[in-house]
Amino acid sequence: MPNLKDLKNRIASVQSTRKITSAMKMVAASKLRRAQEQAEASGPYAERMGRMLSSLAANVQDSGNGPKLMTGTGADKVHLLVVISSDRGLCGAFNGSIVREAKRQITRLQGEGKTVKVLTVGRKGRDQLRREFASLIVESYEDVGRRRLGFSDADMVATKVLAMFDAGEFDVCSVVFNKFKSAISQIVTVQQLIPFAVPGEAVAATDEVKPLYEFEPDEEQILAELLPRNLSIQIYRALLESAASEQGARMTAMDNATRNAGDMINKLTITYNRTRQAYITKELIEIISGAEAL
Amino acid sequence: MADKVEFELVSPEKLLKSQPVDMVVVPGSEGDFGVLAGHSPMISTVRPGVIDVYEGDRIVDRVFVAGGFAEVTEARCTVLAEEAVALTDLDRAAVEKQIKDLSEDLDDSKSDAERAAAESKLAVARAKLDALSQGSAH
Repeated sequence: MPNLKDLKNRIASVQSTRKITSAMKMVAASKLRRAQEQAEASGPYAERMGRMLSSLAANVQDSGNGPKLMTGTGADKVHLLVVISSDRGLCGAFNGSIVREAKRQITRLQGEGKTVKVLTVGRKGRDQLRREFASLIVESYEDVGRRRLGFSDADMVATKVLAMFDAGEFDVCSVVFNKFKSAISQIVTVQQLIPFAVPGEAVAATDEVKPLYEFEPDEEQILAELLPRNLSIQIYRALLESAASEQGARMTAMDNATRNAGDMINKLTITYNRTRQAYITKELIEIISGAEAL
Repeated sequence: MADKVEFELVSPEKLLKSQPVDMVVVPGSEGDFGVLAGHSPMISTVRPGVIDVYEGDRIVDRVFVAGGFAEVTEARCTVLAEEAVALTDLDRAAVEKQIKDLSEDLDDSKSDAERAAAESKLAVARAKLDALSQGSAH
């Protein structure tokens, strides 16, 4: 028969766990709202950047000699994967699914005989990937946007990627991140950054409607400045999506944990009460049978 | 008054301004250009400098941008800025200190990349100071 005192302690400990998880859920909820707002706020810039790029790209593609960031190096031997995960745990399958997808990509690319390099953002992703692919990780960032994710954080990552690209260290770059769909659902997304694919339909569709632009200085020069910017903004968007997803995943995980703790407390309380009654009954029986024996 | 042009100032972090104005003067990399309604479409890079927003003949708003891109169509002028601060929010002493710090960084820089980064930051800070000196002359 379980000890009453032990049960009582157990209940108390689960209760305090429940308090913590429900507090974490609230925090995650408010952080989620902030992250979502931030993600929305970055929309206009990205949208206008996309518009500018597609009209520029339409012009440059005709002339046939676009910058390398758009046309690629002509080879596709070396792949760079930018894996975006979180610094902290307790957010359900968030990091697990990112790492799983990253591993899948690495194995697939290696299977095709390509060289893979990995750049990680976030401690959890780095720790998990390091177990198997330590030699592939070229750079990792931690504490990115710990207080508030800024554009400069994304710029830092983008600068590194660009420096590597200019040094000819890779041919193709993709980013792996969690795309925010809702608080309960995040979609692991792989997006190619270099060479940058201008959405073909958009170019075709806007060709007639778009007025013919004058360029100052010429197209190539603007593109040469615009494309690195675009890389930063794409990484910024990915970081924002990932931050919102992280909070969403944490909120859901903590909600489940709170509910499970509640169930557990109920079960433990029933066991506790039963045991207490059993003790009382036992003692009564002892007293009565003692009295009868006299 | 003639038609207005829709002026938008966007930074990666948010949409800073979106309002109809009479004219904006943008510091293009090949020289400043004014945009009135019906301007011919063009795309230009923007150097660090001040965007002047005109309402009638008066300047109603002066915003410092640290470079970026401008897209002009007949009805709209969109500026994608990396950093944008209202000129009134710039602090002369802070900017001067920044220039001093950055000059030191430049002297300390070891690699070419470091040097280039420090130089571009210094250019932005100098442009800020220029903008301030101009602003006080007005």
